Amino acid sequence: MSDPILRLEGVCTNIAQYHILQGVELEVPRGAVTMLLGRNGVGKTTTLRTIIGHWRAHKGRVLLDGQDITHMPTPAIARTGVGFVPEDMGIFANLTVEENMVLAAVSGPIDSARLDWVFQAFPPLKTFWKSEAGNLSGGQKQMLSIARAMVEERRLYLIDEPTKGLAPAIVSTMARALRELKAQGASILLVEQNFSVARALGDTACVMDDGRIVWSGAMSELATDAGLQERLMGLSMDAH
Amino acid sequence: MSMAPEHAPRMARLSLAQRLAPWMPVLLVPILIVLGAVAIPNTSSWLTLTVSGLAMGMMIFLMASGLTLVFGLMDVINFGHGAFVSVGAFVGVSVLLMLGGMTGAPSLALNLAAMLLAVIGAMLATGAMGWAFEKVIVQPVYGHHLKQILVTMGGLIVVEQLIIVLWGPEEIYISRPEALKGAITFAGAALEKYRLVAVGFGLVVFAVMRWTLRRTKIGLIVRAGVENGEMVQALGYRLRLVFVGVFIAGSALAGLGGVMWGLYQEVVTAHMGNQAMILIFIVVIIGGLGSVEGCFIGALLVGLMQNYVAFLEPKVALISNIGLMVAILMWRPMGMIPVVKAK
Repeated sequence: MSDPILRLEGVCTNIAQYHILQGVELEVPRGAVTMLLGRNGVGKTTTLRTIIGHWRAHKGRVLLDGQDITHMPTPAIARTGVGFVPEDMGIFANLTVEENMVLAAVSGPIDSARLDWVFQAFPPLKTFWKSEAGNLSGGQKQMLSIARAMVEERRLYLIDEPTKGLAPAIVSTMARALRELKAQGASILLVEQNFSVARALGDTACVMDDGRIVWSGAMSELATDAGLQERLMGLSMDAH
Repeated sequence: MSMAPEHAPRMARLSLAQRLAPWMPVLLVPILIVLGAVAIPNTSSWLTLTVSGLAMGMMIFLMASGLTLVFGLMDVINFGHGAFVSVGAFVGVSVLLMLGGMTGAPSLALNLAAMLLAVIGAMLATGAMGWAFEKVIVQPVYGHHLKQILVTMGGLIVVEQLIIVLWGPEEIYISRPEALKGAITFAGAALEKYRLVAVGFGLVVFAVMRWTLRRTKIGLIVRAGVENGEMVQALGYRLRLVFVGVFIAGSALAGLGGVMWGLYQEVVTAHMGNQAMILIFIVVIIGGLGSVEGCFIGALLVGLMQNYVAFLEPKVALISNIGLMVAILMWRPMGMIPVVKAK
C-alpha cells in the first residue's frame, strides 16, 4: 500500500472533563474510502472534528501527507485541501444554494465542468439553485452539504453520517454520488451507521470503541465475518 | 454517470396572505406612514413629520447597523458601541470647526465636501478606535456575555472621560453648514434641508452595505458567519479576521452616525452615544439580531413612530418605541427579519 494520506498517531481529545479520544491510531490510504465504524458515542465524530481542528488534540499527532496539522487553525487545515461534511450538514440556511456553493469554492470561481458533474449527481440542486437553502428538504440539504465538499477537488474528504435519517431513495442517491467521488480517486474518511452503504463503499474499515480504534483492516474482511462484527459492534451487518 | 431521482418541484398556489408574509416587515413602514396620514389630518404637518421621522430613522440606522453585525456575527453584546458615536461626533465636529471657511460658504458643493471630510475623519478615528477596542477589551471576553456587558460598559465610561479630557466637559454647539440651514417648502410643508440630506445619506449607506453583503464574497462570508461561524472556518475562511474587520466597520459606521446625529441635534456631548443606545438597542432587537435589512426597517419605524407620537401625544412619546418593540416581539419574537442561527 502507498503512503497513507492521513495518519493519526496516539490522538487524545478531551471535551471539558471527558476523555473522548484515548489514543486513536488511524491510517487513511490514498485514493480509497475508509469507513469509520462503531456504536454511538465511541468517538467517531470527535475524531473527524479533531482532524479538521474544531476540537484540539491534547496529545498525539495528526499528519496529512506527512505534514503535522495537529495545531494548525481550522481554516488553514481546510485550505490544505480537506473537505468537511459535518453530521449536522452545516448548510447556511439564509443563503441560497448558489451562495452556499460559491462560498465552498475557496480557491476562486466555480469550475463549470465540475458544477455540471455535481448537478448530475444531485439534480435538485440545479432546480433550487436560487432558493434559500433553509427551504430545502432534509435530503436536499444533505445533498447540498456533500455538493459543497465536491465543488472543488480536495486531497481528503471527511464525511460524517451522510445518510443519517434519510429516505431509502435519497440514501441510494448519496451512495451513488460518493461512488462517483471514489471513482475519481478521492481519499475519503467516512463515518457511517448504515452498514449496507458502508459495505458497498468501503475499501478499508476502522472500528472504534471507547475512544480507540479496536480493529482495522479490509472492509471485505469485516463484511464477511459476522462473528467479528458481533464482537466489535455488538450486532451483525446482516441485521441491516 | 448515475443520476439521482428527479425531485421535480410542484409549486403550490399560495394565498395572498402567504405571499405577503415575507414582505410584511417592509410593508410596515408604508403602513405606519398611512396611519400617520390618517391620524394627522393636516397634510403639511404630516409631510414634515414623515421626513423628520425618516431622517431620524436613517441616522439611527447608521449608528445601529454596526452593532447588529457585531451582535449577530460575533455574539458580542457591546454596550460600549455608544462610545464610537460620541467620538465620531466630536472628531467630525472638530473637523467641521477647522473647515469654517468651507462650512460658512453659501455653496452646497463646498458644504457637502466639508461634511464628507468630517465623516471621513470620524470614520477613520472610530475605525482605529474600534480595532483597539476589539483587541484590548472585547477579545479577552469572547463567549462570556456577562463579562462582555461589564467590560464594554467600563470601556464606554473610560472613553467618555477621555472625551472630557480632550475636548473639555462642556457640550459643543455646532451650526449646520450654510447651504444646509433652513428648509424648503413642498406642498405647503417645511422640509429641513439637512434632514433631506440625512435621508439621502442613509439610503446610500444602506445600498452600499446591502450590495456588499449580497453581492461580494466578503459579504457572503459575513452572512454565513452570522449563521454558523464554525462551518465558515471549516470551508477555509479565517473568521477571526472577518470578526475584526466587521468590528472596525461597525465602529466606523457608528462614528459616521455620530457626525450626522450631532449635526442633527446641533450639539455634541460626551454622553450622546450612551443616550442613543436605548434607541439603538430597540432597533437592533426588533430588526432581528444580525439582520441589516431588519435594522434598516426597524430604524425607520422607530424614527417615524417617535415623530408622529411626539406630535399627537407628547407625553406618550417617551414610551412609544418601547411599545413598538413589545408589539413587534409579540408578533415576531426573534425580530422582524430573524437570522437563522445554526443549532
